[in-house]
Amino acid sequence: MPPSVTSVTTQADIDREIGALRATGGPQPRLDYPPYRSSTLRHPTQSPVLADPEGAELWAPCFGRQDVADDEADLTIQHAGEPQGSRIVVAGRVTDGDGRPVRNQLVEIWQANAAGRYWHQRDQHPAPLDPNFTGAGRCLTDDDGGYRFTTIQPGPYPWRNHLNAWRPAHIHFSLFGTDFTQRLITQMYFPGDPLFDLDPILQSVTDPKARELLIAGYDHSLTAPEFSLGYRWDIVLTGTHRTPVEAS
Amino acid sequence: MTAPGQTVGPFFHLGLPYAGGPDLVPPGHPDAIRLHGRVLDGDGIGVPDALLELWQAGPDGNVPQSAGSIHRDGWTFTGFGRAATDADGHYTFTTVEPAATDPGRPAFFAVTVFARGLLDRLFTRAYPPAAEVLEDDPFLSALPAGRRATLITTREDRGLRFDIRLQGDGETVFLTYPRQAT
Repeated sequence: MPPSVTSVTTQADIDREIGALRATGGPQPRLDYPPYRSSTLRHPTQSPVLADPEGAELWAPCFGRQDVADDEADLTIQHAGEPQGSRIVVAGRVTDGDGRPVRNQLVEIWQANAAGRYWHQRDQHPAPLDPNFTGAGRCLTDDDGGYRFTTIQPGPYPWRNHLNAWRPAHIHFSLFGTDFTQRLITQMYFPGDPLFDLDPILQSVTDPKARELLIAGYDHSLTAPEFSLGYRWDIVLTGTHRTPVEAS
Repeated sequence: MTAPGQTVGPFFHLGLPYAGGPDLVPPGHPDAIRLHGRVLDGDGIGVPDALLELWQAGPDGNVPQSAGSIHRDGWTFTGFGRAATDADGHYTFTTVEPAATDPGRPAFFAVTVFARGLLDRLFTRAYPPAAEVLEDDPFLSALPAGRRATLITTREDRGLRFDIRLQGDGETVFLTYPRQAT
């Protein structure tokens, strides 16, 4: 069907759809969430089948110092020059559903630059790339489950879900636990962003208390004078299915 | 309270795939097999922006606990791999066939699916086709036959084929585990 004026979906249309689905899901995102148009043909229609984890599912892959160099946690030193934008520290703890720290485990992040542009062939919107900022980093959690990245405050950016759609600024996070069933990929948002209510990806988590878990807190204790601002974001994974053995 | 998942979005290639990610063993390894297939949407069209993770026991039935999945040394089997789909929705891992971790249980690959348009990851299992074990398995035999078939790989000359249908006819069985809230 050729595009016509009447077929254009506006933010007001999306707002109505989001409104109609409020509090209809649980603490995880609804996979079937029509306001996020790309989900239409990509969400399963059958309920997931409950399985008792066994074999490899009871363990998580291990990562070590050979996998992740210390300086991969600083996204501002990957090129010859200083990246544009506000330097920030994002730090927090990864714990499991029983409150135990997830130790020595891989955390990966990727994000847009200060102008809201990704270093990715597919992002062609007219905002500048920054030759000094790629926007990907990794670290291993410490013995207390702590992680810490130095990066640049990402910008919000437009996308084509509907007319004049904008994503709130966010950092993508990839996390592992101590068993594979805890695997999580999510997005961290910044406090007070006016785009939260308009964003079908964040609003796919229809429980407001669960959405709050994706929003970092400003933390002045993480700032450095005349250098960087700081945000704290703690992440709770699901519980493990294996009795943990404390490292000696 | 557990953090909600969110989609990997369209730009995950920036942060997740890495050199050697799909090769759990080098393609020249004497026991190397290809585990491959397509990720398909509800219209049967290949999903060009999906990412799969593979996690498995080795041919000895042990679950590896060795680091080195990101910077592979070519000799250490870590049991973990990551592969993005191509423009046709096709993915390929080079690996070895897992053995059962427990006597009488069927061997399987644990598979996690991420994609643009998929708001949270999906877990599934890819079982090598070993009829006698699979028929007796309580988990598999509790599934309707048509659905059970979606979890069983097809044996090929040099490996195994496993297509993943996100939606519709032949929709793959996806899993949840006791400690997950949905």
